[in-house]
Amino acid sequence: MGDALRALLAGAFGSWYAFGSGTLVRATPLILTGLAVAIAFRAGVFNIGAEGQFIVGAAAATAAALAMHSLPAFILVPSMLVLGFGAGALWAWIAAVLRARFHVLEVISTIMLNFVALHLVSYLVRGPLQEPTHIYPQTVTFVDAARLPRFGSSTRLHLGFLVAVLACVAAWFVVRYTAAGFRLRAVGANPDAARSAGMIDAARATMRAFLISGALAGLAGAIEVSGVTYALYENISPGYGFTAIAVALLAQLNPLAVVGTGILFGALEAGATAMQRDAGVPSVVVSIVEALIILALLALDRFRSTATRESPA
Amino acid sequence: MSVADVTAFAEATVRTATPLALAAVGEVVVERAGVLNISLEGIILAGAFGALVGATHGGLTGGFLVAVLSGVAIALAFALFTVIWLRADQIIAGTAITLLSTGLTGTLYRTLYGSAGAALTIPTAGRIAIPGLVKLPVVGDALFNQPATTYLVYLIVPAVWWWMFRTHAGLGLRAIGESPAAADAAGVRSTHVRFVAVLFGGILGGLAGGTLVLSQAGTFAEGMSAGRGFIAIAIVVLGRWHPVGVMLAALLFGAASALQFLLQATGIALPYQLFLALPYVLTLAALAGVAGRVRAPAALARVHDH
Repeated sequence: MGDALRALLAGAFGSWYAFGSGTLVRATPLILTGLAVAIAFRAGVFNIGAEGQFIVGAAAATAAALAMHSLPAFILVPSMLVLGFGAGALWAWIAAVLRARFHVLEVISTIMLNFVALHLVSYLVRGPLQEPTHIYPQTVTFVDAARLPRFGSSTRLHLGFLVAVLACVAAWFVVRYTAAGFRLRAVGANPDAARSAGMIDAARATMRAFLISGALAGLAGAIEVSGVTYALYENISPGYGFTAIAVALLAQLNPLAVVGTGILFGALEAGATAMQRDAGVPSVVVSIVEALIILALLALDRFRSTATRESPA
Repeated sequence: MSVADVTAFAEATVRTATPLALAAVGEVVVERAGVLNISLEGIILAGAFGALVGATHGGLTGGFLVAVLSGVAIALAFALFTVIWLRADQIIAGTAITLLSTGLTGTLYRTLYGSAGAALTIPTAGRIAIPGLVKLPVVGDALFNQPATTYLVYLIVPAVWWWMFRTHAGLGLRAIGESPAAADAAGVRSTHVRFVAVLFGGILGGLAGGTLVLSQAGTFAEGMSAGRGFIAIAIVVLGRWHPVGVMLAALLFGAASALQFLLQATGIALPYQLFLALPYVLTLAALAGVAGRVRAPAALARVHDH
């Protein structure tokens, strides 16, 4: 047990290299998908499909990288990120329309779409996008022009981390200080009240939050292939979309706090990889920790609200 | 396309529908009590893993027994958080408990059986032919030459229907799903009934997981529930919260999954991932056609405080 914990901590924080190239690289997709979940939950949308939106974002960015590989980096990389952003929004749009027009619970539809996305990528990397030798279920390694720049040659930390942090700051500002952000919080807190208070575009505010949520998760997928893997394969996400729920809840759905909780879970996952390698403890243990954190937060939240309600007015 | 293709299609339909029908009939009872149990996915997964553990030590009986106990254990955790102790948000708690089940089964599987997942040989439930009925043309073999869990579905669907619509206790359950406060006022112990309903859902969900391992795959794989819990929840909507409707919806879904047998027989070459994705797409399409036009129990997924 002591060995496992030591291996985990060393893997996450043991050196500047471990922190930058392990923890922060791992935190980048978690921050973006965590932000995606936070924005959706804030608007009362139970988007648990960040996983699928991440995957289609990665696939769209990959398609761009392979199709336009002769373009210079300053055009290619942004196109990849924009396509990933759009693909994630499109994937969320399916669930958003199903909810708005057909009253299908988004909890069910986004999960179904996760599986569809998985099989879609499986088809792509064994079919039209497979590497030319047709042996491995993955694409070719991207050309240099399709890769996000790194912060120096001695680290694996890439520009995507900065994008993730800036996205959180921007989202925090929008939610806190703009009219659109107020509408988002209002429909999330009580859609009926928002409607009767004259916010006739409550449905539109919900739809917009759902699309932005999907777009952010798609962007995370694009950044992952452009900044870390440089290729698309089947298990491109080790469950980022589910860890994202823990990231968002621990941050109490605050976009700025998502940066912190994303780094925390990045450390946990990077450490767990080291723990499996050095101490032989299965890294899937992290799912247990994440689940327990969510459950503990639910308990805490409940006790807090009970205390408020029962205190004499 | 030959008679053999159609027979194979019908058999695969019933086989795929069996675990879904078990889990979904349990979820009907849970949802009629006003509880949306998203952790059903985790319950099925735990049931599948429990079946492996039980069967390696205690044969088929041990397998099904531990499958049920594992399902109930996960259901108990969900009930603790949503019904009897904390009354937390059912969707978030259910998602977290599914994640917990994924982590627990994955960790235990790798610890107990090694990460390579050595070839495990456990006993599997054989088919039982019902004399006479099995001779029916086309569907005889599909419906009446199946493992015992399929016959359990045939028994449990009418039993649940009778209990839910013809007994006083069943009326109480449905009243809670519409208005727990009114049910409380009428003397129904809503928390107590919800708790028992969730545990009942755990039994059937555990059996569904056990069926996957003991009647079908003959082994366990990490994450082998593969969304069946969520599909079962969708099936409850398609079957309009009625046990008979749910069984028909499960068969419809089974048929969609088994379509590949028919399409392959036609000789059209299509990527196999299309068939793997088809059930999920059809679930979405079917929900879109039905969800807006049916009415869920009014108190579904609402937290009930006294």
